[in-house]
Amino acid sequence: MDDAVFSDEIDRYRYDVVVVGAGGSGLRAAIEARMCGKKTAVISKSLLGKAHTVMAEGGCAAAMGNMNPRDNWQVHFRDTMRGGKFLNNWRMAELHAKEAPDRVYELEAWGALFDRTSDGRISQRNFGGHEYPRLAHVGDRTGLEMIRTLQQQVVALQQADAAALGDPEAMIKVFAETTVTDLLLEKGNPGRPRVPKRIAGAFGYFRDTGRFVLFEAPAVVLATGGIGKAYKVTSNSWEYTGDGHALALRAGATLLNMEFVQLHPTGMVWPPSVRGILVTESVRGDGGVLRNSEGKRFMFDYVPDVFRAQYAETEEEADGWYDDPDHNRRPPELLPRDEVARSINSEVKAGRGSPHGGVFLDIASRRPADYILRRLPSMYHQFKELADVDITREPMEIGPTCHYVMGGVEVDPDTGAASVPGLFAAGEVSGGMHGSNRLGGNSLSDLLVFGRRAGLGAARYVSALPFRPVVPAAAVSAAVATALEPLHRTEGESPYAVHGELQQLMFDLVGLIRRESELKTALVELDKLRARAAQVCAPGGRAYNPGWHLALDLRNMLVVADCVAQAALERQESRGGHTRDDYPGMSAEWRKVNLVCSLGGDGTVSLRHQPMPAMREDLLTLFDLAELKKYMTEDELAGLAEGSGVFAEETH
Amino acid sequence: MGYQASLRVWRGDAGTGKLTDYQVEVNEGEVVLDVLHRLQATQASDLAIRWNCKAGKCGSCSMEINGRPRLACMTRMSVFVPDETLTITPMRTFPVIRDLVTDVSFNYVKARQIPSFTPPPSVKPGEFRMQQVDVNRSQEFRKCIECFLCQNTCHVIRDHADNERPFAGPRFLMRIAELEMHPADVADRREIAQDDFGLGYCNITKCCTEVCPEHIKITDNALIPMKERVVGRKYDPVVWLGDKIARRTRRDTAKVPNTR
Repeated sequence: MDDAVFSDEIDRYRYDVVVVGAGGSGLRAAIEARMCGKKTAVISKSLLGKAHTVMAEGGCAAAMGNMNPRDNWQVHFRDTMRGGKFLNNWRMAELHAKEAPDRVYELEAWGALFDRTSDGRISQRNFGGHEYPRLAHVGDRTGLEMIRTLQQQVVALQQADAAALGDPEAMIKVFAETTVTDLLLEKGNPGRPRVPKRIAGAFGYFRDTGRFVLFEAPAVVLATGGIGKAYKVTSNSWEYTGDGHALALRAGATLLNMEFVQLHPTGMVWPPSVRGILVTESVRGDGGVLRNSEGKRFMFDYVPDVFRAQYAETEEEADGWYDDPDHNRRPPELLPRDEVARSINSEVKAGRGSPHGGVFLDIASRRPADYILRRLPSMYHQFKELADVDITREPMEIGPTCHYVMGGVEVDPDTGAASVPGLFAAGEVSGGMHGSNRLGGNSLSDLLVFGRRAGLGAARYVSALPFRPVVPAAAVSAAVATALEPLHRTEGESPYAVHGELQQLMFDLVGLIRRESELKTALVELDKLRARAAQVCAPGGRAYNPGWHLALDLRNMLVVADCVAQAALERQESRGGHTRDDYPGMSAEWRKVNLVCSLGGDGTVSLRHQPMPAMREDLLTLFDLAELKKYMTEDELAGLAEGSGVFAEETH
Repeated sequence: MGYQASLRVWRGDAGTGKLTDYQVEVNEGEVVLDVLHRLQATQASDLAIRWNCKAGKCGSCSMEINGRPRLACMTRMSVFVPDETLTITPMRTFPVIRDLVTDVSFNYVKARQIPSFTPPPSVKPGEFRMQQVDVNRSQEFRKCIECFLCQNTCHVIRDHADNERPFAGPRFLMRIAELEMHPADVADRREIAQDDFGLGYCNITKCCTEVCPEHIKITDNALIPMKERVVGRKYDPVVWLGDKIARRTRRDTAKVPNTR
């Protein structure tokens, strides 16, 4: 690289693999890359151990069969596909279901302490959409256990390197409170414009000093999580600004099915300052029920046809399921999240909501206080301290909150490779695995399974490279200029004001229930916001200046918001985390379509249709034909004759 | 119900700084972090605050509120009277980076010096069998969200920076206890707990327990039992005599090289 353009302004590092993000998938990817012998950097926007994974409460889904020996990967695969309304990338769902148990066992070997069964194995709990108790958990703080275990495994590897190489950071180093603002591509060959440019590095800044940093690396793994901070009511932390989605787009990669955004049905609604904070699904898994202002368990009225066979029709049957799941069907409170969120919304709209615009989540009247305290200690703590509500005595008031984006970087299922050579993605930032709706508990397992695979994919890619791509000096200069713009402006709007309006806009017009006119309005308004964001001013210095940081994050949130709104306008059906008021039905034709976003040279988002890959036949036969008919077109089913013997009989 | 609160917030960097007065709107149900965010959004866009989850789960927003170490996201404004001036300062034990953000790297260095979880080599992943009653104690310690408020409040290092080398602080002495009580761990950290991590400096004033937002009984359940184990290992005359007679070589896990 041309050193002349560099002043002392930029710190430079050389790594084999740079992992952007230090949550579950980022740490798991980094561990794998380091175990493959690659020199690995982990870039974390926060301190190590604070990433959003820490907020995961319920558990990690893995078909270990510890509670019910009938559970196996095939059942988990089936549940995942059903939860995602068959829009999942089937190969990812297959790998996930097959490998999740090994990833959980591996955590245990690294020191994780899950709750136990009476015979000393890992206990598993019930969750929405999972046929059997499947979630390995630690009370309601499973994410904390997972991130701490991975953090401590990174330390264990550093200790081994300290002993062998004399330096704990010789092979794996964590760059805490560091933000990546741009990915850098090689210059490419002008004579061969169709050969894609490869990843050459990543550029960013240290938050504490504001100094710039350049990582020269042939492989980058994106593990940046989601986009929730583009929404007003969200369970997500400040870091969730769609960085990885935007970095991938700007580097020339594609995003898949961005219209699918999960609203978790149970977020806190009162007091206003805690609105959106997550209330774990385990409350329902452990016996909690939803009631409206009339005291009615309303979920029985909302079981959709595709799930009719698997869910109870009476309170007696639903209550019987907790102790005797073989002879009773599941309570409808444990339907997949999209169904429950929509039902709550309908109840509130019908005037049967709670005083603060939610509904009631009641475990107090259903389970003894000591059981609640043992199973849900942090929920007890959270409501007691933040809302003055004792959940062992009173119901909670809850409502939907933006929680997770199913859409994300389009990747190869086996390696996590994006379409740009050298770019990989894993976890929430990647797309496909969860289809149109993610089941609770499938995120922590996703992080582990695909974090490992992306780390492995990146390491193998680097090993196969004949030489390292070079970072062009001009790209670095451009990245510096972009990053400094908001600081150098002497006047302009506050980034906080623009961010606040973006959050309100997305919540109001691209939220749970969508319609064409509102989405069109949203796209017009997003254009205006983008123009305003380009002119925001962040006064102050470069050292730990949150106004400046937000100004840079806004750019990412806006482009991602544009993708969500465009894809939501395009998809004329309702499925999972995408509900169109004007197209309320699920369409078998639309199931065959993936919507793919990319960024043009002028910075505008373009959208194209891409056919859904056909599921392998041995996986298809895990479902009975009657169920497939609810999702697939006549043409797709034509070759699959009923009664041919290849289809499973009744699955219950 | 909203009112204007008087805040005195420490502004500055490693070199200099001062308390700066602000008037900020407060609404029903809000916590200190909400009010600091409003201050940031409306009056001081460059106010440095470290925070993440805003739900008491990540342990990022540790600071001192009227002199008491607390998480800003779990401190409700309703615990103060409206005409009271709130003084908000960074954690005192750690060097200031800017405003309310401190350099807590000390903790990550200590974490790296503790010998890691060491399972028996013969047990393969998936083969671990542990009873709930045996994992309860270590699970309590693993509730730790690493907010470092205990480290900040511990008088051994709060006012004695020279103790930072020999003393790991309550969080990491608790981490040693957690590993020692882990049913599947076979290493022995009792000697190094005393010799390298300064367990003996702790004189069980329980300040750490008092500020723990997770209500972990750090002193009673981790530090005191650890002290008892160390006594049993290092100072019990019967053990000493037994070692002598049987010529037992010490089987303590070695300290981790090149991490200091």
